[in-house]
Amino acid sequence: MTDQTPVLRLEDIVKTFPGVRALDGVSFSVLPGEVHALMGENGAGKSTLMKVLGGILQPNEGRIFIEEEPTVMTTPVQAKAKGVVFIHQELSLADELTVAENIWLGELPLKSFGRVNWAKLYEDTNAILKTLNVGFDAKTRVGDLSIANQQMVEIARALTVDPKAVIFDEPTASLTDAEKVVLFDVISDLQSKGVGIIYISHRMEEIFKITDRISVLRDGQYRGTLNTRETDEEEVTKLMIGRSLDLSRNESHHEMGDVALEVRGLSCGKLYQDVSFNVRKGEVLGFYGLVGAGRTEIAETLFGLRDPSAGQILLNGQEVRIKSPIDAIANGISLVPEDRKGQGLVLGMNCRDNMTLPQVDDLTAGPFVSDGAEIAIFDQYRDKLDIRTPGWRQTVGNLSGGNQQKIVIGKWLSMRPEVLIVDEPTRGIDVGSKSEIHNLIRDLAAQGYAVIVISSEMPEVLHVSDRIVAMYSGKVMREFTSDEVTEDSLIQAISGITADKVA
Amino acid sequence: MNKDTLLKQGAIWAFIVVELIFFSIAGSYLSVSDSAFMDFDNMLLLLKQSAPIGIIALGMTIIMINGNIDLSVGATYALSAIILLDSMTWPFMQAMGDWAIPLAWVFALLTGTILGAINGLIVWKTGVDAFIVTLGSMLGYRGLVFMYNGEQPTSHLNWTLVDFAEAQFLGLHTATWFLLGAALLLWLLMTKTVHGRNAYAIGNNREAAVNAGIRVGPHFLWNFMLIGFLASLSAVVFYSESGSVNPNDGMLYELWAITAVVLGGTKLTGGYGSIISTLGGVIAIQLLRKGLGHIGADTETVNLVIGLILIAVLFLDRQLNRKGKEELKT
Repeated sequence: MTDQTPVLRLEDIVKTFPGVRALDGVSFSVLPGEVHALMGENGAGKSTLMKVLGGILQPNEGRIFIEEEPTVMTTPVQAKAKGVVFIHQELSLADELTVAENIWLGELPLKSFGRVNWAKLYEDTNAILKTLNVGFDAKTRVGDLSIANQQMVEIARALTVDPKAVIFDEPTASLTDAEKVVLFDVISDLQSKGVGIIYISHRMEEIFKITDRISVLRDGQYRGTLNTRETDEEEVTKLMIGRSLDLSRNESHHEMGDVALEVRGLSCGKLYQDVSFNVRKGEVLGFYGLVGAGRTEIAETLFGLRDPSAGQILLNGQEVRIKSPIDAIANGISLVPEDRKGQGLVLGMNCRDNMTLPQVDDLTAGPFVSDGAEIAIFDQYRDKLDIRTPGWRQTVGNLSGGNQQKIVIGKWLSMRPEVLIVDEPTRGIDVGSKSEIHNLIRDLAAQGYAVIVISSEMPEVLHVSDRIVAMYSGKVMREFTSDEVTEDSLIQAISGITADKVA
Repeated sequence: MNKDTLLKQGAIWAFIVVELIFFSIAGSYLSVSDSAFMDFDNMLLLLKQSAPIGIIALGMTIIMINGNIDLSVGATYALSAIILLDSMTWPFMQAMGDWAIPLAWVFALLTGTILGAINGLIVWKTGVDAFIVTLGSMLGYRGLVFMYNGEQPTSHLNWTLVDFAEAQFLGLHTATWFLLGAALLLWLLMTKTVHGRNAYAIGNNREAAVNAGIRVGPHFLWNFMLIGFLASLSAVVFYSESGSVNPNDGMLYELWAITAVVLGGTKLTGGYGSIISTLGGVIAIQLLRKGLGHIGADTETVNLVIGLILIAVLFLDRQLNRKGKEELKT
């Protein structure tokens, strides 16, 4: 491989932001036809590096070579023209426009008088969509597509030029398994055309499945490149965080109390049907399933954000009606939502105000908010959850993902809930903080909270749960205890294969 | 076009039909005049009266699809009107006889375009929100109007001009032709050209547009120049006939234009909207004004009713767009 010309080579890239050295002398190269994984914890500088490559940010020092030609890219368009295409993690599509318009945004084909050449536009787009093997055409409105199909539109953008290097930033974050297969086909197709691919992901199994080499960043510094075939998860993790990771099953069992929450035959239209389960005090119940299986929707129903169309919710044996989050909080149910930044926190507010947000009505001294009471609550949970922040005045948006999640958890613990629902507790949180959050969840259960954990990551579910509910397309397929569950049976259950067929 | 978009874009026209039926029936009981509401001449007059706000509303549609807003159009309208009428009294213009007319039109249209360009440049170069920028220029431009002639009206009647403005071609008044012509050109602009499609993209997802290499600032500048041009075109059409402008003329026009645009279904947040639906919105408002007048309601009542209907329509729109009981509460 050494005699090949790299399609893309970086040399000593330095990028500084006020007060931060986000990239510190990063060098690596991508060969034609290789899938090169870029890994690192959150904040390690992956996104910054990719923005530099995509022409969105300019490096302060260092050089970029495309096929050994020194190149300066000042805009995303320029980068694309030179053959470097960046597929964003967060969808950047205009949902009122058609698929075709989105794919060719900024470079619509022209006729005279600045008119759009619709015929050519649709023809070219359908040709690209055909190679992607998707079930929609050029004239579909993007807003009508599922998230996964929108991701496909994003990918189709890369195919409008003859790319030399394509950067995928966490492309599978919202894809189902079947859609992943299509994506991987696209990637191997690009590979066979000699395109270099940079693949960013937190998911180890994908990395080991499709990549050739792995480069690791830590704290803005380049830590080394490994050949995927000669390494294992352990080594990569060590390189990323400087220590190895525990992926074992949950072994500890502590005293369990009465049933705290029971759900009987709960349905909500087409989202999920006839769901029954219960969770006891001191127990962690895991919900595992594919994206779209209805897990989050159940959590939202329990928290009063959706109205169920049938079924009962019982708290401590009493039937309750939960019509709004206010009812849910009053009944001792708390939800740590999936989208931490969008639904869980007010990013522009400080740590203390975020934590006391649901109860600030009660924390008053005369007509004013009582600062002292608020700070007391913040201090208590900062110590209890080991939240690392310079002080309560710190704006939450500046904290790391793990600490942000702890603020959300602290916020709900301070409301003294009985049932704590945690949706995707470690999404977008780096490997090191993950196990910390896992330990925290186990601790909370040990203290007598009933905890429901929703997760799409199998190691996480295995690691924290006493029991696991497997869901498939809106239905509960099977329930496992942590002793009987195996990876195989769990995968079968969430793929829609019933237990008796397996046996 | 699928059923959904048909419903969305047809709603305003259905509303117009309902209005026509209502006022025809109510008019036959309540009307103070003998003539029927659906009288052909009455309808032609209605179109003519829609023109001043209508032409501005068409431009406002593009600005709002962009995700911006322009509050200064009323003042731009008044200042253009003053330039139009006053320029014809300048000595060198008077020496030109009737040839002064096209030149006066050019002066007036240039005024609007330049005022629009000032708005656009400030929005582009400072990055300040268009609402704030045009709120400032609304006050500023209105100040210019008062500086020109104090509290005095500016008047100049040119009979050739009046004849032109009052002419009817194929039954339609000059003003109506301008309204329909502007609507056709802008519809072509928004649906057929790259500039128009980029306007939707910018309003819908500005970051995506920037990442795709669309130059958002210059794009805004063009659109503000366009709406400035249209505001003065509206003034040219109206004041060619009336021949006298008060310094307070055109006040609240920006709000009427926005009302028509919103009634036509354009999203306040940008990214969605249609020129044709705005035309429907303009006609619907004018119908309400005329129809309520026809059945004997006074101006205050008319405004109250239009306000209530606007809120009712937006509420209905929200309900229609809900996904039923499964929806996440917010």
